[in-house]
Amino acid sequence: METLGRSFADAVGLLWNMDPALIETVVLTLEVTLVALVIALVIGIPVGAAIGLTRHLPGRWLIVPLIYTGMGLPPVTVGLFTYLVLSNQGPLGGLGWLFTPAGMIVAQTIIALPLVVGLTMAAVQGVDPNLPVQMVSLGATRRQVASVTLLEARVGVTAAVVAAYGAIISEVGAVMLVGGNIEGETRVLTTAIVLETRRGNFALAMALGIILLSLAFLTNFAFHRLQVHQGVR
Amino acid sequence: MAAVEREEHASIASTASAYPLILLLIVVMLLAVSCAGKTSDGERVLRLATTTSTNDSGLLDALLPSFESEYNARVDVVAVGTGQAIALGEAGDADVILVHARAREEAFVAEGHGTARSDVMFNDFVIVGPTDDPASITGIPLASDALASIAATEATFASRGDDSGTHSKELSLWDAAGMSSDPDAGWYKSLGQGMGSTLNYSNEVGAYTLTDRGTFLAQGDSLQNLRVMVGGASIDDNADPSLLNPYGVIPVNPDKGGIDAELADRFVEWLTSIETQEQIEIFGIESFGQPLFYPDSMAWRNR
Repeated sequence: METLGRSFADAVGLLWNMDPALIETVVLTLEVTLVALVIALVIGIPVGAAIGLTRHLPGRWLIVPLIYTGMGLPPVTVGLFTYLVLSNQGPLGGLGWLFTPAGMIVAQTIIALPLVVGLTMAAVQGVDPNLPVQMVSLGATRRQVASVTLLEARVGVTAAVVAAYGAIISEVGAVMLVGGNIEGETRVLTTAIVLETRRGNFALAMALGIILLSLAFLTNFAFHRLQVHQGVR
Repeated sequence: MAAVEREEHASIASTASAYPLILLLIVVMLLAVSCAGKTSDGERVLRLATTTSTNDSGLLDALLPSFESEYNARVDVVAVGTGQAIALGEAGDADVILVHARAREEAFVAEGHGTARSDVMFNDFVIVGPTDDPASITGIPLASDALASIAATEATFASRGDDSGTHSKELSLWDAAGMSSDPDAGWYKSLGQGMGSTLNYSNEVGAYTLTDRGTFLAQGDSLQNLRVMVGGASIDDNADPSLLNPYGVIPVNPDKGGIDAELADRFVEWLTSIETQEQIEIFGIESFGQPLFYPDSMAWRNR
């Protein structure tokens, strides 16, 4: 109990003092997470919408289960895969991305992408199937059909964004392996929590956990305001 | 009549839908009982908090079965950094700790968290580095001189940075070299990770690091780009006494509650006995061509 109480005090103290190491860690956490999220959205939403809207997609029987499996990818396996690809001996070792934020973004994009594709696909499929048919009969192009359907499915698409964001900001296995938890270079909130736990600084570790949760809450709060703004509750 | 029939139907349906739930409950309870049942036949459980080096090297796997059969006990090993192992002991979440950070072990006993510290064994640290050796430290006998040379040439150095026993040793060596390790210097990388990960990092980027010899040998095949540069080919060749790494075992103070103090004491007795010490002496010779730990208990020294 004493540790728990102290961790709340520590969290407030760290934020109040604008602890420079903490600020650095928070900035890198947001940077890596948001860049990975944006890449995953730019690729994932169109791909998910395309799969959802194409009624007679060849190979759907295989593609859909593959996407669903991808939605549950163990982050540590993604991390290991990315590590091996970016390692000196790996095919992309020449990039020098191992133990850099760029490598961490690659791993997190791989984790986020199936979530965005899968949930966007499901959201689009939930839209009244007569809508595309009517639009086509009114002379709409494929692109116009897709954008109107996505707008109709915006609640589900926002859920895709929120789910992907939550998965990668709280993920530790992949960023630990690929980033290396290097102080001032690749240390993010989750790897800092693991480190402080190993050090036996349980209160500080919990304080960092509280800060991570607050960060997630603030972002989700912003997402929700956006939804309300769109007329969805 | 029709209404009665419908009602019957409904009640059958609700019973049917409750079946899977009841079944699930029964399965869960059976599983819980079977897990708890492992210890119900008089088997006792000892919670051992120790450092990754004793576990990753395979030493505990080799030693513990004889203790477990002799005392009809099961040892639950929690292998973590020295800092966390000590914290587990302080919280009463372990019955006994086996760690390597002499000063902190003594503080642990002095503060009343543990009953007494006993010598167990030692191994040694070495400085490993990339084969091209940019800081030219190969063959320097003293670790502190080698570190000074690494700092002077600003060659990349990977630090555990995790308050482990190895990290404590590294800091004391920087101190002996007359400089403070500066995490803000670009060449000094503070990883905050375990020994295995730190070695992998050093192998990838060509960094120097301080490691216990056992972990380096155990991971040898995957570390093609690293060589031992300070510390010699075996512990007998190690010219720097400050690189010796003693391990101590401490039973946790039973006042914390929930501690099996009797079993913890038996464990310390067993670990420091001549028979177990002989097992420690030969461990690793078969796999690595040299022992990884050297027995050093009071009983062993007085034999």
